[in-house]
Amino acid sequence: MSGTDDTGAPAAPAPAPAPAPAGTAPRTRTRPPNGAGPPPERVEEHGGGDVRTGRRIRQVRELGILLALVLLVAVTALASPGFLSGQSVRDLLLGATLLTILAVGQSMVLITRNVDLSVGSVMGLSAFAVGLLFVSFPGLPTPVVMLAGVLVGTACGVVNGVLVAAARVPALVVTLGTLYMFRGIDFWWASGRQVNAADMPEGFLGLARISLLGIPLPAAIAAAVVLAAGWYLRNYRSGRELYAVGSEPAAARLVGIPVDRRVFAPFVVNGSLAGLAGVLYAARFGTLDATVGTGLELEVVAAAVVGGVAIFGGSGTVYGAALGALLLSAIDAALPMLRVDSFWQQAVVGLLILISIGLDRLLALRTARRLRGGGSRGA
Amino acid sequence: MGPEVDTPGTSAAPAPPARPRTGARTGAALRSLLHTREASIIGALIASVLAASLLVEGFASGRNAGFLVLDVAAIALIALPMTLVIITGEIDLSVASTLGLTSAVMGQLWVLGVPLETIVPLCVLLGAVLGAVNGLLVTVAGLPSLAVTIGTMALYRGLAYVVLGDRAVADFPFSWTGGATARLPGTDLPWVALLIAVLAAVFALVLHATPVGRSLYAIGSNAEATRFSGVSVRWTKLWLFVASGTVAGGAGVFWTLQYGSARADNAFGLELSVVAAVLLGGVSIFGGRGALPGVLAGVLLLGTIRNALRLADVSSDVLSIVTGLLLVVSVVLPTTLARVRARRPRPAPPS
Repeated sequence: MSGTDDTGAPAAPAPAPAPAPAGTAPRTRTRPPNGAGPPPERVEEHGGGDVRTGRRIRQVRELGILLALVLLVAVTALASPGFLSGQSVRDLLLGATLLTILAVGQSMVLITRNVDLSVGSVMGLSAFAVGLLFVSFPGLPTPVVMLAGVLVGTACGVVNGVLVAAARVPALVVTLGTLYMFRGIDFWWASGRQVNAADMPEGFLGLARISLLGIPLPAAIAAAVVLAAGWYLRNYRSGRELYAVGSEPAAARLVGIPVDRRVFAPFVVNGSLAGLAGVLYAARFGTLDATVGTGLELEVVAAAVVGGVAIFGGSGTVYGAALGALLLSAIDAALPMLRVDSFWQQAVVGLLILISIGLDRLLALRTARRLRGGGSRGA
Repeated sequence: MGPEVDTPGTSAAPAPPARPRTGARTGAALRSLLHTREASIIGALIASVLAASLLVEGFASGRNAGFLVLDVAAIALIALPMTLVIITGEIDLSVASTLGLTSAVMGQLWVLGVPLETIVPLCVLLGAVLGAVNGLLVTVAGLPSLAVTIGTMALYRGLAYVVLGDRAVADFPFSWTGGATARLPGTDLPWVALLIAVLAAVFALVLHATPVGRSLYAIGSNAEATRFSGVSVRWTKLWLFVASGTVAGGAGVFWTLQYGSARADNAFGLELSVVAAVLLGGVSIFGGRGALPGVLAGVLLLGTIRNALRLADVSSDVLSIVTGLLLVVSVVLPTTLARVRARRPRPAPPS
């Protein structure tokens, strides 16, 4: 992934001597030319090509997933025509909703070269909070409860963000810790109780059944989330800065980007989205206990990685992540239709992850080689 | 977790965690910090054992100690190679799935009528092969181990389901299942405690007293510089992944016999417990720092707390909260302390 990292790297060559000893060394394959000290104008020239090639690569990358998705749907539809029926597609979209929303949030965190492993626990906590609010305060209007569910997620995101950005501890460790903490709080709070559909108002449970132009409401919400996040990352200065932070934090700091804030914000957004996913989970499934969302974190990371979001930051888009989530969900739905033993599902997902990171690596290597003017200085 | 990962720590904080590691000037300061870090985990372990013995009825018995050891056996075993892997700056999240797959294969082979004497070495070998697959993907293909082992985590668990489905094989002969939990003669400790002790001694010796072990720290600090100094980073990492897989395979055999049941979902989610224990033991997730005694203390600390809470009839959710809190505090505290200490003489960044 180091090659794709270079998309934002043009800023890096200048201060190279400073951050290098800090153990930043991206992968020294790229360093020899650096050390040779190319004249500044060439760096700029490279920078331009770099960005363009990076963008093209990313488009190719996302087209690839789209192609895989189309292929999968086509093959499945041929094998069992029922797969494309309205109801089946609706189920597929509903099923992909939660994973998509979570993958979008996770991508924003991953892009800044962090990771949030606590999303499954946050989603579970928020879902249970929603259920319990309905049980404890039957009079509360539904939108208030839903907002409260999202805010539970926001609060969890703030905790993660403060620990990572302010206390400056590695995100993997912190969110592994909060994964346990939030889940523990969830269990402690639930103390064995379960909230059932009967405890929740019909209007809330009906949300999942509302359709906008044939698209289920939750899926429409997920689509809106994807588009909004994609628009933000693409067009806003702070959105672009997330990539800069993820590509080379030290360089980002040197050019004056408020790195801590740019690291903090995605955690809060991701927490809120996990909260939203919890609310939607509650609305869709109706049965809630403290185990909701257990083990989901790695699936979410997998969706983002399959979608081309580099696990070490600086590259990838939320559209890709959403496609990755859709692909994983489609595999889930398609295997039974293809009469493949459902036991194969997880193995296929694992293979897919390996293939997609291998592909990323290949593309990155090729870009790196092209940028070096055809010189093939392999690792 | 290639060298790239090194930066997140630096990303947020260019100076504190990274500088002591590279700067020779601060080497001594680091060493003292490391010592206090190790010491504090071991201190926490002793304190919690004392507190549990005083406050929890039935904790301070040999019988209970035996149960405690059995309870943490799998985590303790897998944590040994995991420590080495994380010190080189990589990670292996597929260990629990490796355990599950060996367990499933073990069950299936037993159903097919293969004698256990053949199955056990085959399963350990299978673990080694699975580890080698991880290692090759990381070293030859040059992929980040975090992503690779998330992939193989799904793949191996999936294959476990393919092999055994959702069946459980539970008709292993008692001579084996009972043997797995048998106590050492004259004590309440299970023999696996001896196995853990021997393996821990071997791993500690390799890590702390051989050139290979020292090179692991060098790799974790700066893989490139280590490669230039003549260490074969690839081979070292490959062998570590093989070791990790082998031990996970062995743990799979042990787990299956201990609980007398081969299932595809055995040890689901155990990878995070192992990583949590290793990190709690003071190993840096960015590599280059950590020691085995601390890790063993971390494993035992979590086991002690869980055991004591269970005896005290406190529900397991508190354990989750405590585990998470310990983990977060164990990283926040030293980082913050280091930052406070490093605040004074800090050169202004070039602008």
